[in-house]
Amino acid sequence: MSDERKTFTLDGQDVEFTEGQTILQAALASGTYVPSLCYHPEFRPHGSCKVCTVKVNGRTTASCTTPATAGDTVELATDDLKDLRKNLVQFLFTEGNHFCPSCEQSGNCQLQAVGYELGVVSGHYNPLFPSRPVDASHPDVLLELNRCILCELCVRASALVDRKHVFSLSGRGITKHLVVNAESGRLADTNLSVEDKAMSVCPVGVILRKRRGFRVPIGERTFDTHTASEIALAGARGPTEDGAP
Amino acid sequence: MSAARKKLRVATTSLAGCFGCHMSLLDIDERLVELLEYIELDASPLTDKKHVGPCDLGIVEGGLCNAENVHVLREFRKHCKILVAFGACAVNGGLPAQRNHLDIRDCLQTVYLTGLGVERGFIPNDPELPLPLAQVHPLHDVVKIDYFLPGCPPSAEAIWQFLTDLVAGRTPQLGHGLIHYD
Repeated sequence: MSDERKTFTLDGQDVEFTEGQTILQAALASGTYVPSLCYHPEFRPHGSCKVCTVKVNGRTTASCTTPATAGDTVELATDDLKDLRKNLVQFLFTEGNHFCPSCEQSGNCQLQAVGYELGVVSGHYNPLFPSRPVDASHPDVLLELNRCILCELCVRASALVDRKHVFSLSGRGITKHLVVNAESGRLADTNLSVEDKAMSVCPVGVILRKRRGFRVPIGERTFDTHTASEIALAGARGPTEDGAP
Repeated sequence: MSAARKKLRVATTSLAGCFGCHMSLLDIDERLVELLEYIELDASPLTDKKHVGPCDLGIVEGGLCNAENVHVLREFRKHCKILVAFGACAVNGGLPAQRNHLDIRDCLQTVYLTGLGVERGFIPNDPELPLPLAQVHPLHDVVKIDYFLPGCPPSAEAIWQFLTDLVAGRTPQLGHGLIHYD
């Protein structure tokens, strides 16, 4: 690696990066927040939620999967990109069943926090109200599929860290959904345990530990006291169980 | 805010909601007195006037779970220059919409006929009762909504910020901490 300082411009400001960093990583390291949902600093980027979309030399791309390249012109906070990001989050809210007031993950939810950050006040589109089952078969874990945003973080964590392959995505397009790797399709028939990494990476309220839901009261949780950008820039990804970032 | 300005005429209603959002409106406490220098109430649970007349602002709590809700909402849209979806249920259907994956006939049968402890039950069919909709809908499924004020309920601070912005002729801007979905 040469000693030469490598930079690209982000909304007109020079951003320094090291070889191998993505645009998103370089931006975060330089103190600029890039909204994202499927990105996690401990995992290879997935590039599916597209909330981190930027324009590189005029072309739209997911900043979590695009390597930073010297001399590139990157746009992040333009009005059209802000609108696009907002629309993507609104799509997620209207495709699933996201009823925050009755969700035990409310206040610790990345989708909610990014919504606040982007100024989302409604789903805007007509909600689909899909019919999705809840799997409560596991003694310690509740699987609430109504809230799944298909980020594949549990899939990645279960396969790469836990080496258990408990979760997978199945189907295409609007029928795509999270499935459990057991013949019965039930979580109880897997070897998932509460210590698994897959238990702690869900950005929404799908994979829930039973009997823990309201240990930290609503109003005192991570995104009640911090913004999504504060958490992302601190290098943390999401809430811990006690609500502290 | 300038007191010389003509008072805004405001109507409010609660459809498939729990009146919690109206309670939160009352939570602006003594600022209600200040608010009344700038607004006057038309149809509202607070005035008991039953039908909405020409208004500057309509504030609608709750989603749409029956035919009467739809009727009242359309009446509000017709008479109000600005219509606000007030609270989580108005914004996305909220708690009542969690019946949306169930068949309405099954719901009624379980509650009124076969449910635990029900004896000699029957499904109410008085013609005065509005018919339930197959699914609960947010307001913007049926009419154009100008502003959304999320929250269950929206906090008194959010409501105050929203109303003072509107009264002052500004586009309401809920900053961080005032947008809440729960």
